[in-house]
Amino acid sequence: MTATIIRNGRIIDPANDRDEIADLYLVDGKFSEQRPNEFEEIDATGLIVSPGLIDLHVHFREPGFSHKETIASGARAAAAGGFTTVVCMPNTSPVADSPSTIGWIRDRAEEVADINVLTTGAISKNLAGEELSPIGSLAQAGVVALTDDGRCIQNNELMRRAVEYARMFDLPILDHCQDYNLVGNGLVHEGYWSTLLGLPGWPGAGEEAIVARNILLAESCDHRLHCQHISSAGSVRLLREARVRGVKISGEVCPHHIALTDAAIENFDTNYKMNPPLRAQRDIDALLDGIADGTLDVLASDHAPHAKFEKEVEFDAAPFGIIGLETELGLFLDLLVHKHKTIDIARLVALFTMNPARLLGLKSGTLSLGAAADVTLINPALEWTVDAAKFESASCNTPFDGWKLKGRAVRTIVAGKTVWENAL
Amino acid sequence: MNTDWSRKDLLGLRELSAEEINFVLETADAFKQVGTREVKKVPALQGKTLINLFIEPSTRTRTSFELAAKRLSADIVNITASASSLTKGETLKDTAKVLEANHADIIVLRHGSAGAPQFLSTHVRASVINAGDGAHEHPTQGLLDLYTIREKKSRIAGLHVAIVGDILFSRVARSNIFALLKLGARVTLVGPSTLVPRAFEQLGVAVTHDLEKVLPEVDVVNLLRIQHERQRKEYFPGLGEYIRLFGLTKERARLLKPDCLIMHPGPINRGVEIDSELADGAQSVILDQVTNGLAVRMAVLYLCSGANGS
Repeated sequence: MTATIIRNGRIIDPANDRDEIADLYLVDGKFSEQRPNEFEEIDATGLIVSPGLIDLHVHFREPGFSHKETIASGARAAAAGGFTTVVCMPNTSPVADSPSTIGWIRDRAEEVADINVLTTGAISKNLAGEELSPIGSLAQAGVVALTDDGRCIQNNELMRRAVEYARMFDLPILDHCQDYNLVGNGLVHEGYWSTLLGLPGWPGAGEEAIVARNILLAESCDHRLHCQHISSAGSVRLLREARVRGVKISGEVCPHHIALTDAAIENFDTNYKMNPPLRAQRDIDALLDGIADGTLDVLASDHAPHAKFEKEVEFDAAPFGIIGLETELGLFLDLLVHKHKTIDIARLVALFTMNPARLLGLKSGTLSLGAAADVTLINPALEWTVDAAKFESASCNTPFDGWKLKGRAVRTIVAGKTVWENAL
Repeated sequence: MNTDWSRKDLLGLRELSAEEINFVLETADAFKQVGTREVKKVPALQGKTLINLFIEPSTRTRTSFELAAKRLSADIVNITASASSLTKGETLKDTAKVLEANHADIIVLRHGSAGAPQFLSTHVRASVINAGDGAHEHPTQGLLDLYTIREKKSRIAGLHVAIVGDILFSRVARSNIFALLKLGARVTLVGPSTLVPRAFEQLGVAVTHDLEKVLPEVDVVNLLRIQHERQRKEYFPGLGEYIRLFGLTKERARLLKPDCLIMHPGPINRGVEIDSELADGAQSVILDQVTNGLAVRMAVLYLCSGANGS
């Protein structure tokens, strides 16, 4: 028997409506109500005891792009950021659109990762947006959702059938919302800075048009459709209206979209190039309002590693995306809980645990008795400085290097076993 | 000559102060005079190596920089995209490092990507001169336009300048806007609403779609080339309609003040943005712009190379 007692922490378990100072028992990898006789003890005085955090939007780049990240390095980065479960996007090479690739990723994760590495399958074959991938076989192979992330299916009829078909397997659809005609070769938010710098604009309407499409499809197909990395004020308004009516639509927010405005692109630094782009202050304000009123109920990183040489090119030639697993909890705690006071820490825990677990139909994200003992210990007051040179990730493409943040994970526990502990 | 210049690079006009812009123009006065001599050469950059790195095709800007460098006695090498290792997949950074390993002192960069000169300047010790980057800036064009206006009008402050045409995709427009506003001119942008979006008003300029209303009020009209040969089909229905709404025809030119300057950065589409006779007429300063470009580029190379002793 292996047993651990996490003593005297503030236990926040939104799924069980629990928020109290208490001890938590972890026995043989599961939560238990029986106090064990022999145990390791962890003093959690002053810490938040949260269900293991879930990030449902990461790119671990394997197979195909292991120079950017591997499942092993990505999993270490996740653990260091406080995450016990991540969901990988399918834009690998080959694309995760077949049971064999899904099987390879799951086997690899089993072999090298200390955390739960879950996979998504592509909605369309080779992410081409033309025909459905074998969704039923992907479901049997164990994907937790379907997405063409990085791409967006433009054919509304194909998307409608995908949502309708996925419902049969109870697999949610995650969508990167981008209308290719409206966005064109857009690189940065269309507004003051794109005008000033002569960079091609990526208008908010390019996201909103697809969010509106997705709301219509979620409603008509009566199935869960989740809009990834929402960036524009108009999208928040559309989602709010639909969710009030009970449509099974949801949206997630990434830390960079509330931490930075498009003014950051002034020096053409490619670590500020992401898709969707950094937008204006009014968009940030709308995202914060959306988080506060529950319109946006999932937080995620869109952890997108790229090698240094790939980002050290002209702005338009650089790939979109930044890494986020090792900074996102700190940024969200710092910005949402401390700085803007958008939500309290209990809500923040829900946005990282219960809500993504419910969307994906996972058993994790709670401290329920008998559930796998995935726990994240959070010190919400710990002040620290981001140091990209010390990241576990194989890449260091972050705009947050050197940022001083308040709050971070200090220990990550998966199935009762500590997989990462803050050395500080 | 005093030394009010401490920049190694010229990346754009937005980051320059009015004093710095004036200093370049004053320096260009001295170099313009060199062009009128029998021997059009000075030893200012003797022993320096200049690379014209033109990743995007250009004839007039490249030639102007080449002549400017030669008149300053620099050694010069021209590299075009098709002749560079960029076609073999080498990155811009690596290309620049190779040039630097060959002891390049100045790299003049023309590139299709906005921000490419900024990027380059962070990776090389050599001076980087922006010869046009995407739709961002074309600082030496902006400077030569200002030089020409100042030469003909004796001032910039208080003048009203109209810039007409494809503003959205124009680096010439942006460099002109930044510099003209710094020196106290009024700027009105004219063109179809798709190519002159309202967002430009946030830069401190006026935006209008009525050319005839503006023409009587302005001291300078700067006509930009309309690119009808590629990728503008969604932006305006066709050249016929463009000419009807925004072409500087002879009839419209009658609305101009008699001393209004007509400018164009070239190459001209005769009969499109400007009537052919007007391009060669008394109000046109189009060839003066070319001549002044040489003096301005000599001044820029001279100042950025540190040859003025700063």
